[in-house]
Amino acid sequence: MNYFLELFVGGLTRGSIYALIALGYTMVYGIIELINFAHGEIYMIGAFTALIIASVLAMWGMSGLSVLILASVVAVIYSAAYGFTVEKIAYKPLRQAPRLSPLISAIGMSIFLQNYVLLAQTSEFLPFSNLLPDLQFLTPYAGLIGSTEFIIIATTAVIMVILTVLIKFTKMGKAMRATAQDRDMAMLVGVNVNRVISNTFIIGSALAAVGGVLIASHIGRINFYIGFLAGIKAFTAAVLGGIGSIPGAVLGALVLGCTESFGTGYISSDYEDAFAFVLLIVILIVKPSGLLGHKTAQKV
Amino acid sequence: MNNTKYIEGVTQSVVVSLWFMFLTFPIMVIRVDTIEKIIEWRWTNMIYVGLGSFVLSFAWRYLSGKGVSERMKSADNGRERMPLLQRIASEKRTSVPAIAIVAIVAALFPFISSTYQTNIMTTALMYVVLGLGLNIVVGQAGLLNLGYVAFYAAGAYTYALLYHHFGVGFWLALPLGALAATILGILLALPVLRLQGDYLAIVTLGFGEITRIVLENWNEFSFGPSGISGIPRPGLFGMELGMHDAQVYLYFLMIGLCIITIFVVNRLQDSRIGRALLALREDEIACQAMGIDKTRVKLTAFALGSTWAGLVGVIFAAKTTFVNPASFTFLESAMILSIVVLGGTGSIIGIIIGALVLILLPEYLRIFSDYRMLLFGIIMVIMMIFRPQGIVTGVRKTYEFHAEENKRDF
Repeated sequence: MNYFLELFVGGLTRGSIYALIALGYTMVYGIIELINFAHGEIYMIGAFTALIIASVLAMWGMSGLSVLILASVVAVIYSAAYGFTVEKIAYKPLRQAPRLSPLISAIGMSIFLQNYVLLAQTSEFLPFSNLLPDLQFLTPYAGLIGSTEFIIIATTAVIMVILTVLIKFTKMGKAMRATAQDRDMAMLVGVNVNRVISNTFIIGSALAAVGGVLIASHIGRINFYIGFLAGIKAFTAAVLGGIGSIPGAVLGALVLGCTESFGTGYISSDYEDAFAFVLLIVILIVKPSGLLGHKTAQKV
Repeated sequence: MNNTKYIEGVTQSVVVSLWFMFLTFPIMVIRVDTIEKIIEWRWTNMIYVGLGSFVLSFAWRYLSGKGVSERMKSADNGRERMPLLQRIASEKRTSVPAIAIVAIVAALFPFISSTYQTNIMTTALMYVVLGLGLNIVVGQAGLLNLGYVAFYAAGAYTYALLYHHFGVGFWLALPLGALAATILGILLALPVLRLQGDYLAIVTLGFGEITRIVLENWNEFSFGPSGISGIPRPGLFGMELGMHDAQVYLYFLMIGLCIITIFVVNRLQDSRIGRALLALREDEIACQAMGIDKTRVKLTAFALGSTWAGLVGVIFAAKTTFVNPASFTFLESAMILSIVVLGGTGSIIGIIIGALVLILLPEYLRIFSDYRMLLFGIIMVIMMIFRPQGIVTGVRKTYEFHAEENKRDF
């Protein structure tokens, strides 16, 4: 039973991080129907920025919580800036292009960003020191949940609440929902669609950066290639939950995280990455629009 | 007037270059050595980025301004004019000499270039066939397939395993590899028939990844990450060929396969199946209303597409004499898809050019050594921005309607 709970907590932790990245995918998809393959790279750049800033601050003699907060803030700002720039360069000129063209542009951007970090930094794995504080009150449950896991799950939960409020109750959120529903109509009623798209990229990238800092602290090492698999997994999670749906992305990510965790725990760790995809195929066969996706009626 | 415009342009470029200096600051300027505890500040990089983006922003504005005005012009003309290559191909007077020149160059190529270059050209030709195969699924049927590499792997592993266990030769393995890929294609298509658009894309992606992971981990079956080596190259009527001769032989084999593929794909476009595929892409419901069996057409598309991947897979195994799962990653699928889209979805000439460009480009970019893949990524983005419809636009069949001629008395 303890083993089960341990795996469950592990799955939730993993799922929380997938959720942070999946949100960026699902929001962008909801608005411009693009699979943003460069999103995984934004997450990787977030992790790298945090590592660099944290190391510099540590060498300047700072320590503890201030390093964590400063490094996270800088990482979030930079990831958001990268997301914004990538959209302006690679996707905005292609708004009116055939559907597959932005996808190829995204793949090109992803190759570019990977090699940019590879050349400017290093191809080797860098050790990432754990910045997250040790929570004393969790000591009695140490066998079950570590403070890193707790912080990851709690942070994700808080961010979800903030994001929901942002989308449900603010003017910007309303504009985003309107654009997702019908871009032309939104333009007609005076929504600045270009700004809404930029905002979506900025928010999605910022969330990915938070995920980057958290997972880098959890796993303890990063390199230029970490964005790729994380990106594919997160996208799988977004599709699993029903792409375009924000609660769907979170649910999909948690289900995916738990499946991987139980799969590796009870079956075999060799096939860790395969479980995600098997689950995806099974769920989509049963429910082709994802867990929380709307079934769109086809009109003739 | 002109002066203010000039100043405006400079200010804009200064803003752009400042933005990029800010953007690249942590990654380009700082390098930390966490073990030795040294921070390296590389301020010169920042100057390069600033100057580079300043110059490039001018070029960007000039080119994108030109692109817009050109598009406006072509829109004014009403009908898009046929691209040059398409015109050459469609007129007999020009197409015959063009084909003759290409044929002569292709026939002489291995004798005037080194083994290394022949080798690369063979690879490029393999991608031509892969691109044309994927085009049946993506371009004609409109089913986005991101796991095409799985069928390629199926062909390669069929030959490798059959040789390893039973000593089956190349020519017997060729149809068997194609068959294995076709069966795999149908197996994938069956469960995903209900899915549409990007759901289909991600499932095929997952399928490709599962195939690779299984090949990597199922040691008893596929010998894991180390793969299978010592696969023989094809012999010519039982003769063993030397390294160089075998490469030339494979080159001509690929030329032959390319010609067959082009012929089949070309015929397919106007066939009953080809038109059913087009109809399916345009509108599923209307297509069903016309009495086309949706399920069967989709299965046919997947099966036809994967057959080519299987054939090329067998040749790949014979060419490298070695297969392992690392050759069949998602990047490979993305590359083949890029060939189709970059060349021009639906256009045979476009895909041939796309394959040659995308496969030969990284080879000729080798002079830039480390910066090779960086430039490759940039070129992909830039080509898409300036030619979003691909190098050669696929010409869609149109029927012209002349009001005068069709006027009839009732």
